[in-house]
Amino acid sequence: MTEKPFVDIRHAQKSFGSLEVLKDINLQVSRGQIVAIIGPSGSGKSTLLRAINDLDPLTGGEVWLEDTQVNKKLPHRQYEKHINQVRQDIGMVFQHFNLFPHLTVRENIKLAPKMLKGLSDAEADKLAEEQLDKVGMLERIDYYPSQLSGGQKQRVAIARALAMKPKVMLFDEATSALDPELVEEVNLVMKKLAEEHMTMIIVTHEMGFAESVCDRVLFMDQGVVVEEGPPDVIFRNPTNERTRNFLRKHLANANK
Amino acid sequence: MDIELILKVYPYFIEAAWVTIQLSVLTTLLGLTCGALGAAARLSRLAVVRFLGAAYVSFFRGTPALIQLFLLYFGGPQIGIQLDAFEAGVIGLGVNIGAYMTETIRGGIIAIDKGQREAARTLGMSRWQAMRYVILPQAARLMIRPLGVNINALIKGTALVAAISVVELTYTAQRFIGSTYKPFEMFLISGILYMAIIYVTGRGIAWLDRRVRIV
Repeated sequence: MTEKPFVDIRHAQKSFGSLEVLKDINLQVSRGQIVAIIGPSGSGKSTLLRAINDLDPLTGGEVWLEDTQVNKKLPHRQYEKHINQVRQDIGMVFQHFNLFPHLTVRENIKLAPKMLKGLSDAEADKLAEEQLDKVGMLERIDYYPSQLSGGQKQRVAIARALAMKPKVMLFDEATSALDPELVEEVNLVMKKLAEEHMTMIIVTHEMGFAESVCDRVLFMDQGVVVEEGPPDVIFRNPTNERTRNFLRKHLANANK
Repeated sequence: MDIELILKVYPYFIEAAWVTIQLSVLTTLLGLTCGALGAAARLSRLAVVRFLGAAYVSFFRGTPALIQLFLLYFGGPQIGIQLDAFEAGVIGLGVNIGAYMTETIRGGIIAIDKGQREAARTLGMSRWQAMRYVILPQAARLMIRPLGVNINALIKGTALVAAISVVELTYTAQRFIGSTYKPFEMFLISGILYMAIIYVTGRGIAWLDRRVRIV
């Protein structure tokens, strides 16, 4: 790679006791790139994603975002300050949305920008409206999360993350908890982000989506990156036996 | 049943009920304070603090409240703690119920899905901001009913301070029995007044619970 990586994961290693779930993983993502991480459950793909914003801290290795080391070694207080700052630049979307149920859609989006970026109430309102418009949820701005469908919740969750103007977005199986007919509306929002050249790292089980949207695909199994490359190679012509097995099983299940 | 006697003594019981109410309110406030601190300690990042929180809960839930009251009121002066009966009652009962409330409050906080904390932290909120703006508003709603159970127990528990001669409902009943030899009437009046206090409190809690329910 000639360009300096935007997100740079170096020798990522993580153990839970004697169980090693990430084994020396390296991943470089350049600005605007969209990377999918696929693999069987327990392969470590979510753990890797959650290490990027230090939600699941690594036991070894480094994570960099531009010129900042995310998992810098610092005394507790300083580290908290540092990580809270860094996380503002890393948006994350969860499988179960994790909207704040006691707040309306509007308040869900306004909360962090007001608190952390010092936006006025009017500015935050405007920001919430912009972001909701983008994900097609402006009409529901004063609803509570419990009044929304799964797909709508996830679109709001994406808007909430985008309101912090992150440099990179992480998607942790963003469509896995959705009914099949609701997956598409979330995929469309993610595609739109891709067209705007948002840097994205996506853990997914949606092979079709990964193939059509991503620039690169990583196949992980048992804590290692088994194979990586452009989507047409990984999906059409994988060289590794484990990748082939996984895709075959996955396709068989998908066609059931 | 001696109705005439009841009519004659009941003003004293109303006065005593007022003392019971004061005891209950102050005990609740102290209990909630101890409970909040206890829960914070039980959930602390530091093992020492967690241990202190756990020790507090074990001691006060693991020994009779009456012993705790006696220890404070009768044993206190020996180590330089001089309290009048009412003060000892409020502090003894408050710190005692605080141990139960610690577990209620802690339970409410840990019942909130960890995804909530993760979402808040991911947006860049500090531990405290996530707690204050995301976890606690939800947990507080969950706590109202169980804290109501604690408060119900503490109102009935105020009867214990009769044993250190605070002139509240139970003590007043006993005092009049001494002069009238009518235990049925006396305990009946105090029982009814306890029930009235508990009923009103219960309705208040139910109202609060309905009011803050999330859509």
